[in-house]
Amino acid sequence: MTYYGGHRGRSAGVRRGRTWSIAALLFLIGQLGIPLLGLAQDAASTAATVAYRDIPQLGGSRNIIWVIAQQHLLLAGFVLGVPIFAWVCEIVGVRTGDKRYDKLAKEFTKLLTSAYATTALFGGILLFMLLGFYPKLMAYLTDIFFPSFVVYCALFLLETVTLYLYWYGWDVMQGGGRKGLHLFLGFLLNVFAFFIMIIPNSWATFQASPVVVAEGSALARAWAATWNPTWWPVNVHRLIANVVLGGFICGAYAGMRYLSANTHEERVHYDWMGYVGNFIGVFGMLPLPFAGYWLMREVYQYNQQMGITLMGGFLSWLFILQAMLIGVLFLGANYYFWLGITHRIEGSEVKYRRPIMAMLVILLLCLGVWMTPHSLVASLEEARRMGGTHHPLLGVFGVMSAKMTVVNIMILVTFMSFIIYWRAGKVETATWAKVAQKVMAGVLGLAAIVVIVLGVWGYFVPAIVRINYFSVVQVLIVLFVLVTITPLTGLLMKSARTTTEMIWGRMPPRAGYALVLNAVMVILLMTLMGYARSSSRVHWHVYGVMRDSSQYAFSPALGYAAAFMSLNTFVFCLLVAFIFWVATMGDKTKTMEPETKKKLPAGAYPAMAGGSPTLDDRNKQ
Amino acid sequence: MKGGLLLKGEVLLKKCGVFLNRGGVLLKGVLLIVGLYLFLKFILPLFTAPLPANLIFLYLALTVAGIVIFATLSSESTEEFFGPIVRFLNGERQTGPMKIARLLVLVLFPLLVGWQTYTSTVPSDMPPAESRTIHPAPPGEFVGLSNPIPNTPENVMMGKGLFAAFCSPCHGANFDGKGPAARGFNPPPANFVDSGTIAQLQESYLFWRIKKGGVGLPIEGMPWKSAMPRWELELPDEWVWKIIMGEYDGAHQKPRTWE
Repeated sequence: MTYYGGHRGRSAGVRRGRTWSIAALLFLIGQLGIPLLGLAQDAASTAATVAYRDIPQLGGSRNIIWVIAQQHLLLAGFVLGVPIFAWVCEIVGVRTGDKRYDKLAKEFTKLLTSAYATTALFGGILLFMLLGFYPKLMAYLTDIFFPSFVVYCALFLLETVTLYLYWYGWDVMQGGGRKGLHLFLGFLLNVFAFFIMIIPNSWATFQASPVVVAEGSALARAWAATWNPTWWPVNVHRLIANVVLGGFICGAYAGMRYLSANTHEERVHYDWMGYVGNFIGVFGMLPLPFAGYWLMREVYQYNQQMGITLMGGFLSWLFILQAMLIGVLFLGANYYFWLGITHRIEGSEVKYRRPIMAMLVILLLCLGVWMTPHSLVASLEEARRMGGTHHPLLGVFGVMSAKMTVVNIMILVTFMSFIIYWRAGKVETATWAKVAQKVMAGVLGLAAIVVIVLGVWGYFVPAIVRINYFSVVQVLIVLFVLVTITPLTGLLMKSARTTTEMIWGRMPPRAGYALVLNAVMVILLMTLMGYARSSSRVHWHVYGVMRDSSQYAFSPALGYAAAFMSLNTFVFCLLVAFIFWVATMGDKTKTMEPETKKKLPAGAYPAMAGGSPTLDDRNKQ
Repeated sequence: MKGGLLLKGEVLLKKCGVFLNRGGVLLKGVLLIVGLYLFLKFILPLFTAPLPANLIFLYLALTVAGIVIFATLSSESTEEFFGPIVRFLNGERQTGPMKIARLLVLVLFPLLVGWQTYTSTVPSDMPPAESRTIHPAPPGEFVGLSNPIPNTPENVMMGKGLFAAFCSPCHGANFDGKGPAARGFNPPPANFVDSGTIAQLQESYLFWRIKKGGVGLPIEGMPWKSAMPRWELELPDEWVWKIIMGEYDGAHQKPRTWE
């Protein structure tokens, strides 16, 4: 590659007849650049010899990279998930004519602008840190991926321009037939965001499952390395996970705003927003285990050793932690739905108490099975009494056949929670309603039975039959339930008569806390799985190709890692809180204006302090 | 006589029902927790092996979460659940035994927490609870190997014979990990009939474990506790592959494959 910028600038200056002084200045700059080129060459030769640098005083290079990379990834997940969320809300707003959706979409796009800058900032810090700490590895990766670096930069520019147009053009493009253009910008924003996500994914997945081609053009080598075995499974998994993260963080934001709301209007708005956030989070969460299963299957198929390290080896305990976190997430999401049924829809509590109890019991039983490890943590005495670390009865819960079955059942239960919520307070008036109800009950019951039968049968067939057929059939059955019951319920609800109007803003404070809990669980999950994905490479920078020969070429102990996961979660929550605070500072100033501020009557409290419309009414009396 | 007993039983049940209803969600929850604990700790071991303490704790924690979730669904049930606890701790209008009970709880609870903290941190001569990893990752050179011995009845029979000679003292003649020498080991030898052992693994994995034995286990996830001998010193590779065939056949399992 040749650099000729200084010379071209100088001759251009002469050609255009600009003043001599500018030309002289450019010349001087050009002269100054000559020694810099020499220094750059020195640096290049140094980089080739220095493999690692470190700052042990700040906790060591690996820990610094761990924190920065995790923050960047979490922020990126949020920044890429929210546009999907916002765009879908905008479309719903246009299609239904409900202005609330448009307001919601705009509110989150506003958060996006400040979050986007923070994400880019962490990306820049990460890049500098990587170049400084791991020059040899970065030189190797640059050599392979340079063409995709260029594409990535171009995409970043396009994404930034589109985001500015999307955000700043929101109000301008509301009328005059320009809404379509705005929606198109939202679509473009998501397309660019998708490619911005999958390009770095190729770098990270290459490190885990490299495809190294020694010959061919730079483009061909980059393309071969990009299209590595775990690239698409990670792309799909991250795309869905970003929607989940975006949804639950939006829910948490709404939860916090709901808890601190001072006016009834605010309560109504943020209660509704919390519902939408939770709904999108749950909606994304349902297919997420399937994507995760596919990813792990590809990992096993790429390298059995890596698969065993993850699922059977020293990292296998992470999957028990994962089960606990996902379990809490499932419970939290369902709890929020159930609170919505009992508090927003008058009279529903008595009607749905028993079904809720049944769903809760099923969820807890499934969770109990999911959390039961294959080899139990036992003292010497306990292991002796059990005859080993496998329990003769509960040991059967430890294998994938049981885990897959209960995950599918939990997804079905969560889906049913949503359906019940949807149907609560309405009476179906369609003539075919009873038949439809029977069909839906039949589909659901039959699906649950088949999932369980396949799960039990899975113990008696070769692993490959279970993995290739039984597990796939279980997933397809659950998806079939989702795609059959959802439109059927939608059709029923079109003609349904509302008996009890849904009242927003009546949720108790614990609903807001449940939303915050869900967001924290998702963040913890991402930090946990980030550690798992990275540690599965064990002592390799690029698995099987470039060995980690630094002093940190060991996997940190699980307790140590857990502390870092918590730290990362905490730091990210602080960052998000800061971003939200900055982004909504203007709103607070507006609401402080006396003519627009609608204070609650004397004696009424924010929800956080236990306030609710019922209490407000009581206080008035 | 019989009718009288039935009547008495009915009255007792009714009284229990009244008692439960008066106690509300809180009493039902407490009874459920106590009942579940008794079942897991004392009744289940009558039929199978006892559960480790941390698993019992896990199941009880799940149950508590479930009770709290269900009890806090509506404002009324929340009040029914937490009301008695709050009132008891506030000490509002308490007299006699309730007052003493409250004082006792306020004194004993911190002591209990202190005792728990003390017992969990005091140095002990007991070995710590194990979080054992069952399937360490094999070294790269063993990944993806396939059994070169044709799967014929003769080879399987020969494998079973070799298994009987070299492996069955520990892993048992029935492939269930209950050989005559098994009682001397903790953890016990693997039970191949269990669908969670060799059925989850490829033949190449078993080849590695048999050849390298306990001493060949990787440093990750240490310390390993395996008394498996390093059979590569005594058996040729061909015999090891045949033993693997015999093991799968005898345990009625199939090796994990990808095709």
